[in-house]
Amino acid sequence: MSIEVNFMIGGEAGQGVQSVGFMLCKALARGGYHIFADQDYESRIRGGHNFFRVRASDSPVGAVIEPLNFLLALNRESIDLHRGELGPDGIVIYDRAKITGIAEGDDLFGVPLEELAEIAGNKVMANTVALGAVAGLIGYDREKINQVLTEQFKGPVGEANIAAAKAGYDFTEQNFKGKTGFRLKQASDARRLLLSGTDAIALGAIAAGCKFIAGYPMTPTTPILEYMASKAKDHNIVVVQPEDEIAAINMTIGAAYTGMRAMTATSGSGFCLMVEGLGLAGITETPAVVVLGQRPGPAIGLPTRTAQEELEFAIYSGSGEFPRAVLAPATIEESFWLTTKAFNLAEKYQTPVILIIDHTIATSYTTVERFDLSKVVIDRGSLYPDKSVVKPEEYKRHQLTDSGISPRAFPGLSRALAITDSDEHDEAGHLIEDAKTRNEQVEKRMRKITGMRNEIAPPRRCGPHTAETTLIGWGSNYGAIREAIDILSKEGTKVNALHLSELWPFPADAMTDALKTCQTTYVVENNAAGQLAHLIRAETGFSVSGRILKYDGRPFTPAIIADKVRRKEVVAW
Amino acid sequence: MVTTETARVTTADYAGLVPAWCPGCGNFGILNGVKRALVDLSLEPSRVLLVSGIGQAGKLPHYTSGNVFNSLHGRPMPVAIAAKLANPELTVIAISGDGDAYGEGGNHFIHAMRRNHQITYLVHDNQVYALTKGQASPTSDSGYVTKTTPQGAPFPVNPLVLAIAAGCGLVARSFAGDTNHLAEMIKRGIQHRGFALIDILQPCVTFNRVNTWDWYRQRVYKLDGEAGYDPSDKTVAFEKAQEWGERIPVGVIYEKERPTFEDSMPALAKGPPVKLELKASEAEPLLDEFV
Repeated sequence: MSIEVNFMIGGEAGQGVQSVGFMLCKALARGGYHIFADQDYESRIRGGHNFFRVRASDSPVGAVIEPLNFLLALNRESIDLHRGELGPDGIVIYDRAKITGIAEGDDLFGVPLEELAEIAGNKVMANTVALGAVAGLIGYDREKINQVLTEQFKGPVGEANIAAAKAGYDFTEQNFKGKTGFRLKQASDARRLLLSGTDAIALGAIAAGCKFIAGYPMTPTTPILEYMASKAKDHNIVVVQPEDEIAAINMTIGAAYTGMRAMTATSGSGFCLMVEGLGLAGITETPAVVVLGQRPGPAIGLPTRTAQEELEFAIYSGSGEFPRAVLAPATIEESFWLTTKAFNLAEKYQTPVILIIDHTIATSYTTVERFDLSKVVIDRGSLYPDKSVVKPEEYKRHQLTDSGISPRAFPGLSRALAITDSDEHDEAGHLIEDAKTRNEQVEKRMRKITGMRNEIAPPRRCGPHTAETTLIGWGSNYGAIREAIDILSKEGTKVNALHLSELWPFPADAMTDALKTCQTTYVVENNAAGQLAHLIRAETGFSVSGRILKYDGRPFTPAIIADKVRRKEVVAW
Repeated sequence: MVTTETARVTTADYAGLVPAWCPGCGNFGILNGVKRALVDLSLEPSRVLLVSGIGQAGKLPHYTSGNVFNSLHGRPMPVAIAAKLANPELTVIAISGDGDAYGEGGNHFIHAMRRNHQITYLVHDNQVYALTKGQASPTSDSGYVTKTTPQGAPFPVNPLVLAIAAGCGLVARSFAGDTNHLAEMIKRGIQHRGFALIDILQPCVTFNRVNTWDWYRQRVYKLDGEAGYDPSDKTVAFEKAQEWGERIPVGVIYEKERPTFEDSMPALAKGPPVKLELKASEAEPLLDEFV
């Protein structure tokens, strides 16, 4: 029988919700469990209400689901808001001394969190006591908890935390009289990686040979910049936190022009400032990898929550026309691989590539099999010197070719001069005004799109080949859509899905083919407009039957999607 | 690889396209000053990167030789900064006009000086937007009337004062009408460890009828001949930087070395990052941290 456990840690910002959640994930992953965890937090450093959901299973999982089995409530609000999400036999772990006046029930298990923490050394470790208590409730290996605590807290602080966890564990063993039904033993000996989406992107960038990142801090992509900075010394990565996103994109372009694999990362408002730079990368034919982490807008919107509102912005933004690729990983694992692909496309086609993710992918954690780095391809594209240009004085940075791709020379690495211009220019890179040269350069740049289109993956089909309803999605909704298919098929409704991870140049032919066998079609998107539906119609002429949309800043769960399909609760197209 | 033991660098090596500037433009003098400085320093064009913005100044790199990145309006600085970090062996010169540097690029200007990047910044300062045909610029004199400022331009920015305050290591001014002096200032800038600003006074013969060749020639005087002027004294430099009107000083206004941004970059320890080999296996030990 499969094992499936859902935890929630709830509390104020500053109570250690994230650290307990992460440590629980890590300890369970070490026990061979598959993990999916997401975070819901407010744009504040202290107070408010935050929660961290952890789903552990002995089979792969890609979304959070209802109901909860365990709620670690570090404050009263967590009980008020989430007690109703508990399933039968669900348990609330809370501090009975601190939180009083709540309705009695079999679901309550009071643990003197602060008191035990104080005995262990400091009441700030109440969250660690709670971690111990929940480990006790599932009969989990104490050693794995201790190991994680030792890694998280060094020296005497680590020892005090181990004592705090032990106190929580022991208290539970001695006092818990109910039944949880969960005894989590070692599920397997698998040694998987536990990663967030931003971790996966940073690792993908380093594996791809990216040694330059410029970024202005902005939720949810700041951890990419921070991770790269933490590895700057050991891996010779140039990390710059400039004055604004305008500088960030222009620095990325400057480093790439000079010959480095370079990137920047931001979210919607920061991307707005980078749009001018995208055109610069386009006309100077400079590779630039931009990570766009979406959160609900417009403007500042809901800065710490999730959305998919910038698909069309990513595809169409910029002055004038130029080729670009837009990649949207469906999972944390795919975030790693598409990051490596982004660098290859950017360098082969010498143009910007946008890796668009949503807040859910950026901040969720999941277990993935260790990446096989021998499968990472580093393709730097056409470089000078090559067969077509032998003498440096004959080198022309924007040489006309059938593919539209001209060999790149880097300044200072040979006697060939790398000359380029944001003005329209001739093959040599000097500014021009005449119509003939203008046309030649426009057509040369646009020819690159043919090559790029051939590298774009077709939509991925999940579920049965034919079905009465097809769900069409992009980004992190993949996990929830897949499980919604399972829920509905168990009820006898045949549903499948088409998922697009590589959105531009749009795989129009492959999508047209895939849509031929579909009956009722619904897009599933975290926006209010149905941008993917619009894109499909623009690129294929196909109109979907309806849109399942969610724009409250919270991610879809499988049950929400299944329910909408069941009740045909869709927005008409 | 660049071979440095080649024949002597001459002005012919720095020939470029025919300039499309107005006859009599101050930019010609600046172009000659740039060429002379690079030849005097025996820098081969392939070792030089000229990053310019938009405006009449932004066209300069096309009229000489070297690696060229003619960037967006106001944005040469971040491109130049990154290029220098990617390959510190390049001599990186950024070129702007007063609108490009002090208006559109103002934020980049301040922070580039604060961080002290190893860049020489040449700003062609003609106190007017010439490419767009004569509007006021950030350095237009107060009261300067143009089509967009019929009531007169507001208070001007003083780039030298701003530069000293922002921590710029070499703050200099020169004049497009004195190529020898300008070439000397550019050389000082290139040889300075850290960020160097050379604000270059330049008449716009078409749109600026106030600040003309004669207007400048009557006012400009060289600081080098000023007995006892100490450019390392910040207080004195602030005062000198504010001198404008009947007498306008040119020369090194302020100079003080301090650690550069490049000095603080551990990534540069193994040589130019652009020359490092790229290997996916480099990420292998990092994966262990996530188990």
